Amino acid sequence: MLLKTLLARLASMVITLFGVAVVVFVIIRVAPGDPIAMMLPPGASDADVERLRALYGLDRSMPEQFLIWLGGVLQGDFGTSISLRQPVAGLVLGRLPATLELSALALVIALVLGGFLAIFGARHRATPLEAGVDLTNGAALSVPDFLWGLVLILLFGVLWPVLEISGRVSPRLDLPFATQFYLVESILRLRFDLTADLLSHMIMPALALALPLAAIIAQLLKQSLKEVLNLDYVTLARVRGYSELRVILREGLRNAALPTLTLVGVQFTFLIGGTVIVERLFSYEGLGNMAIDAVINRDLPLIQGIVLLFAVIFILVNLAVDLTYSLLNPRLRHG
Amino acid sequence: MSADTRAQRRRAGVRLWLPGLWLGLLCLAALAAPWIAPHDPLAQDLMLERLPPAWVGGAEPGYWLGTDSLGRDVLSRIVWGARIALVVALIAASAACLLGSALGLVAGYFGGWPDRVVSRLVDVWMAFPPVLFAILLVAVLGAGLHSVILAIAIIDWTRFARVIRAEAMVQARMDYVHSARIGGAGRIGTLLTEVLPNVLPSVIALLALEMGVAVIVEAILSFVNLSISTDDPTWGSMIAEGRASIHFAWWVLVFPLVALFLTVLSFSQFGEGLKDRFDPVLR
Repeated sequence: MLLKTLLARLASMVITLFGVAVVVFVIIRVAPGDPIAMMLPPGASDADVERLRALYGLDRSMPEQFLIWLGGVLQGDFGTSISLRQPVAGLVLGRLPATLELSALALVIALVLGGFLAIFGARHRATPLEAGVDLTNGAALSVPDFLWGLVLILLFGVLWPVLEISGRVSPRLDLPFATQFYLVESILRLRFDLTADLLSHMIMPALALALPLAAIIAQLLKQSLKEVLNLDYVTLARVRGYSELRVILREGLRNAALPTLTLVGVQFTFLIGGTVIVERLFSYEGLGNMAIDAVINRDLPLIQGIVLLFAVIFILVNLAVDLTYSLLNPRLRHG
Repeated sequence: MSADTRAQRRRAGVRLWLPGLWLGLLCLAALAAPWIAPHDPLAQDLMLERLPPAWVGGAEPGYWLGTDSLGRDVLSRIVWGARIALVVALIAASAACLLGSALGLVAGYFGGWPDRVVSRLVDVWMAFPPVLFAILLVAVLGAGLHSVILAIAIIDWTRFARVIRAEAMVQARMDYVHSARIGGAGRIGTLLTEVLPNVLPSVIALLALEMGVAVIVEAILSFVNLSISTDDPTWGSMIAEGRASIHFAWWVLVFPLVALFLTVLSFSQFGEGLKDRFDPVLR
């Protein structure tokens, strides 16, 4: 059953990815601007233009160009960035860790904050405190990450300047890192001074990304906790003398987690999508910031590489959620 | 009716009139911009650069919310910026709504291959980070208000298609649809006269939510300098300028941010309020 689900999902994933590749290719090839013209100095001869067009394969027919490009992609060759003159694969993979660390930190913040609000609201259900939680959720949910980022910049960058508002790490620090996973490496190497510096750059963008997701988690988890808390076996646990908080944590959370999980998966892809503008807002050197530069520079190969990588991440997250759901859901496990 | 439902109803009421009030005022300001804006939003005066708001020391009378780094009046630019924000909200959201609802209705009601095609398209669309998708489309279409509107419609139709497809599917199995068919109504006729009116409340609520999304997308695009020309007053370009001069002129960021914040919050609360209002359980 699980294997069958897995194979069906994988097949569907491949079709979706192919669709994404086609859409990206079509969008980019109808672009009116000529990237070759932008690469050459003024006064370049027609022969120079032709030579470059041939070099980048732009002189072939559209379907040919697509097949050449797709063939390259399947072998891990995403072409050469026009503006940075380096292989796209290397550039994109070099930036990926920064975005992954930011998204992961945001997810952790969302889970902790959302979980706390849900448990707090369920513990104080039908009191003004629960209404307060609902109000917080409503506000966090109806304002997107971009605006939260700006509000945070004003609060903790200007009004009470305790956090950094630009970059990933302070430029004065020399980094002993071997990989691009700065945060992970700083912890593993026990360089907590660097961890602190990284976090002072990352907390605001991560919080901006996390707030809408935290609200969704809080809302849904609180609702399912409240439903579970009226069930007979939970009443029984209460009768046996367990405290309310313990009942919520032990009995409620276990049963309310599954419906929350599915939603968190879908919403997590929105969070990753949000990194594009939030990284820009905080000048954080990740994939999203690179993507916007690539669009502004009309760097077609680089844009293609980044968009495809995002699509792969989105699809993988959805796949992981589906599989976890089938593993955890007892009804599907023995199906 | 339980106390819970009644409280929810009251909240739905507040959710409608309070945002409605702000949006109404904003519409009026946008319409009356040439008469109520105290200054030309484009007029630069380097003698008047970065004047603080009226209640702060060093202010110049007549510049209520201060000026930006080129000496342009912040209040006038916010009022004129409301025009652009609302035009995008209205046209882009309606276009996304028409396209998405039509595809969702067809997919949900007919099922079969139209459903498979639409669902696969939605899957492909959902695999793109929406902001990156928007920036890419506008870069390809060329900066400008038309491109921004077109990009939002091309990207956000899926929000309507997903919800309306699911609802049309439920409606299509209802007895009243079957009886209409038995009564001799054609499939298209049934779709338009029986199914469409029943999914309309969801369409309207989604439309209000989408207007908020459109406003924010336009702001993001002008923030990264891809919307209309940088001189034109958009809230996004004002915010970009304010972000750059945040340490010495906070008002350049704060006031357009407040306008954008209230507008986005209003659209989304209005949409949620409509959803509650149309909910048969709460009614």
